[in-house]
Amino acid sequence: MSGTKKIKRMTSREQILAKVLANQPNAQPLPADLSTAFPAANPLEAFATVLTNIGGNFVEVKDFNAIKDYISTHFAGQRIVSTLSELAELSEQGWENQDPHTYANVELAVINAHFGVAENAAVWITEDLMHQRAVPFICQQLAIVLSKNEIVQTMHDAYLKIGSAEYGFGSFIAGPSKTADIEQSLVLGAHGPKGMTIFVID
Amino acid sequence: MSTERKDHAALSDIFNKDEARVDWHDETLWFVRAKRDKAAHNIPEWENLRETASQIKNNVLSDLHNYLVEFETHATNNGVTVHWAADAAEHNQIVHSILQKHKVDRLIKSKSMLTEECHLNEYLHKNGIDVIDTDLGERIVQLAKEPPSHIVLPCIHKKKEEIGELFHEHLGTPEGMADPQFLTAAAREHLRETFLTRRAAITGVNFAVAETGEFVVCTNEGNADMGAHLADVHIACMGIEKIIPKRKNLGVFLRLLTRSATGQPITTYSSHFKKPRPGQEMHIVLVDNGRTTQLSRPDFRNSLKCIRCAACMNTCPVYRRSGGHSYHTAVAGPIGSILAPNLDMREYADLPFASTLCGSCSNVCPVKINIHEQLYKWRQVIVKEGYADPKKKLAMKAMEFTLSSPFVYKNAGKAGRWFMKYAPFTVNNKLNLWYQQREMPAVPKESFGEWYKKNKKND
Repeated sequence: MSGTKKIKRMTSREQILAKVLANQPNAQPLPADLSTAFPAANPLEAFATVLTNIGGNFVEVKDFNAIKDYISTHFAGQRIVSTLSELAELSEQGWENQDPHTYANVELAVINAHFGVAENAAVWITEDLMHQRAVPFICQQLAIVLSKNEIVQTMHDAYLKIGSAEYGFGSFIAGPSKTADIEQSLVLGAHGPKGMTIFVID
Repeated sequence: MSTERKDHAALSDIFNKDEARVDWHDETLWFVRAKRDKAAHNIPEWENLRETASQIKNNVLSDLHNYLVEFETHATNNGVTVHWAADAAEHNQIVHSILQKHKVDRLIKSKSMLTEECHLNEYLHKNGIDVIDTDLGERIVQLAKEPPSHIVLPCIHKKKEEIGELFHEHLGTPEGMADPQFLTAAAREHLRETFLTRRAAITGVNFAVAETGEFVVCTNEGNADMGAHLADVHIACMGIEKIIPKRKNLGVFLRLLTRSATGQPITTYSSHFKKPRPGQEMHIVLVDNGRTTQLSRPDFRNSLKCIRCAACMNTCPVYRRSGGHSYHTAVAGPIGSILAPNLDMREYADLPFASTLCGSCSNVCPVKINIHEQLYKWRQVIVKEGYADPKKKLAMKAMEFTLSSPFVYKNAGKAGRWFMKYAPFTVNNKLNLWYQQREMPAVPKESFGEWYKKNKKND
């Protein structure tokens, strides 16, 4: 049974590929790569403006102590998980290797981002920084720690920076989860985080 | 699910019965279009971006065979199982067989127009499998037992009061509650529970990278990620045209996609799925379903460049006033009207005529598809193949007869003027389609020909 199924699937594959080959037009070259044409004078400022516009919270901090203070003030007594060793004392211990479903009641997740993008306030986060893929999506509030020097201008620069890096999963995240499906009224917190704070650190 | 066989004009009539709603629909979509303009104008190199995206897609179509093989090789090496489906039926069977293998009888699905095109929900339902759509707009139309009316804003045709009623009935929200914030929060609670209890998730695919075997899914709500990262089995369904050559090409497309769609600089989540997480199974279903046929039509093949942003719908004066359901196909609007006749020329013969050919769709298309020219070309193909509306054929024949003889032309004009003047009821009636939404023009005393003759003599 499984043998015949396999043969049938091979047939569809070959059929599709043969039809594509027969029907595709003559070769057309790839265009030249684009690069940032109009850089923002102050990328950090541009990043902060866009982030605020898309419902995010921009917080400039000197050091990790300032982040700790901020979190203790705003999230005292709630379930907090963090992947950063600098914030270990605020984080639940040993959370990393649980079933991802158990993170449903995490109030705040704090993770690192590789870099941010000035034109759209997206931050690039790969699986190794999340520890568990579900974390930045399932938490009620997401906080990101981003180095001030790690802000690129546009998505062209972003992919230059990513290059051929190896990852199992990675995501550009820009602001809190949102929807405007009901009469175009913007609501933050559709399924994922209701808020996103980005700590920009020196 | 599908509406009984009515054509675009008849279905538009239904939508147009409620004039206030049509105005509201029109204005709401124009508001989205205006946001798109603002976002595009913020990028000085916008036109260069469009041109580059268009050329990348041209390259993809011209070398699709090798890109598909390259993608399959890399995805397989990444630990993903790749399936090939010649048509909708095979796609549905493949998905079903994966679910059967895992003994899954309920699953969640994030937005995928391909699964709408294949009518996967109905198929799975018939096979005893419960599908819950997790995109808020899609969930709303699912509760209402309707198809989406727009590929980006699935329930754009619904008023918040109607959604409040649906939620009252299905989710137990208070009667009469229609506040979007409250309703969204209620859906969040309901769907979170669903996310946590489903073992299989289906997502669509926005872009699939041949070079790396990864695929990118874009959402604002985070529903694709919530589904995929919690499920034991992730099935991603995509049309074969979603391939792009290189990872860096994503820079071009992600800059264009959401600015064109909603005017946002980027979606909240642009997730790159490359490998299954430990213990998870990941599948990709590559679907043809007519795409290779469209590829064989030189006049229409570049409709396969579409990245599903819906800018052409938001700007279309016909779409905005007829509603997505009037197109009776999964992808509505101008782009849907050039994709659908490829699948079934008889069934969708009306769609290329549902346009003013104003060209606004082509002007906003981020990958420069010549949509309005293709609509015009489809009309010619459809008439030639004999699928045109018989009323239209008759009118064209009458026109041909009248215009091919100066004698008939002159007398037809005279007769027309005489009837409008002395027997207006012969034109001002229900049989005259033109009269239904318009006043007939005032009758001129004479034709231009007559006027010219007279004035030339006086000269």
